[in-house]
Amino acid sequence: MAVEYDGGVVIGADSRTTTGAYIANRVTDKLTRIHDKIYCCRSGSAADTQAIAEIVAYQLGFHSIELDEPPLVETAANLFRASCYRYREELTAGILVAGWDKRKGGQVYSVPIGGMLVRQPVSVGGSGSTYIYGFMDANYKPGMNKEQCMEITAAALSLAMERDGSSGGVVRLASISEEGVERRVILGNQLPKFSTH
Amino acid sequence: MEKHCTDSRVKGVSTGVSKPAPEYVSSKTINKVIQVHDRIFCCMAGSLADAQAVIKSAKFHLSFHSVQMESPPQVIAAASVLKDLCYKNKDELQAGFLTAGWDKKNGPQVYVVSLGGMLISQQVTIGGSGSTYIYGYVDAKYKPNMTKEECLQFATNALALAMGRDNVSGGVAHLVVITEKGVEHVVVPGDKLPKFHDE
Repeated sequence: MAVEYDGGVVIGADSRTTTGAYIANRVTDKLTRIHDKIYCCRSGSAADTQAIAEIVAYQLGFHSIELDEPPLVETAANLFRASCYRYREELTAGILVAGWDKRKGGQVYSVPIGGMLVRQPVSVGGSGSTYIYGFMDANYKPGMNKEQCMEITAAALSLAMERDGSSGGVVRLASISEEGVERRVILGNQLPKFSTH
Repeated sequence: MEKHCTDSRVKGVSTGVSKPAPEYVSSKTINKVIQVHDRIFCCMAGSLADAQAVIKSAKFHLSFHSVQMESPPQVIAAASVLKDLCYKNKDELQAGFLTAGWDKKNGPQVYVVSLGGMLISQQVTIGGSGSTYIYGYVDAKYKPNMTKEECLQFATNALALAMGRDNVSGGVAHLVVITEKGVEHVVVPGDKLPKFHDE
């Protein structure tokens, strides 16, 4: 998931990759760097999303050199959309593009399966996301600061990881702003706990 | 969904009914909270046709059982009757139930009978197509021993959130509060439900 705040974005993801019922990687890093201040959260087929992210990172890097400027988040998002829409029949990729640029500050763009592109202040994705739509609708308020965004992201991811069999492991968080990228990991035993019933 | 509060039970259901894909909402005002005995109610889920048929049979069995026992039935009795019907006919049926009520022996209780016929008791439970969207909210917000008003607010919020996200849930929210003293119905039309930040 990804959340905008005034001055940047917070992105977060779980760390589970499965092949059927086997957890192939329990410490996956689903927060992938596309450029210095542009990251993406990958969901769906790991193979598809890794391939697309590599291609987009190359295209964006080239574009940035031509421009002689850091690229826009909207540009990165459009590059993802272009690939995801053109090859929509062959791909299973749900991607959140988030980052910071000088023009519009912190931005979150959602490119779900099918290849739509939409900017949202908050976006969730992946199999565990269905369980936290209600939680996010109730608890997100516009105008939260960076720490609040981190907390709500960690809480939402914990809730989803508790309920979804395909989600779990650790919570990886990153915040992206003008200052740079700050990454954190929250281990299983340190996750927020909710009343068990 | 159903919740067990300090001395009462709050059940809540939203009212949309739809046919499977291509999706068509055949009614926006179905009441899915059915009274099977004085202090025992059931929420239907799954195929409404199946659920209605099962409940009709369960009501009869329960009433007969109550006459034989010469006392109001226990909540677990109602749940067990539903479970037997769902389990024995699991190949033909697609119906699940949330049973809640009050009885003298064990006070307020909530039972879930799932699609295949499993029966378990829980403090709080949710079901139906819209329930997937509120697992996180319910896990985060529920605390044991809430008061009746807190329970009602919690149930209303949860239903509103689910109805906001699920395309086949909606219409009207029916809530029922069951206590030793009696039964209270609360109906909240869609436009009077709590609104959240993006509405």
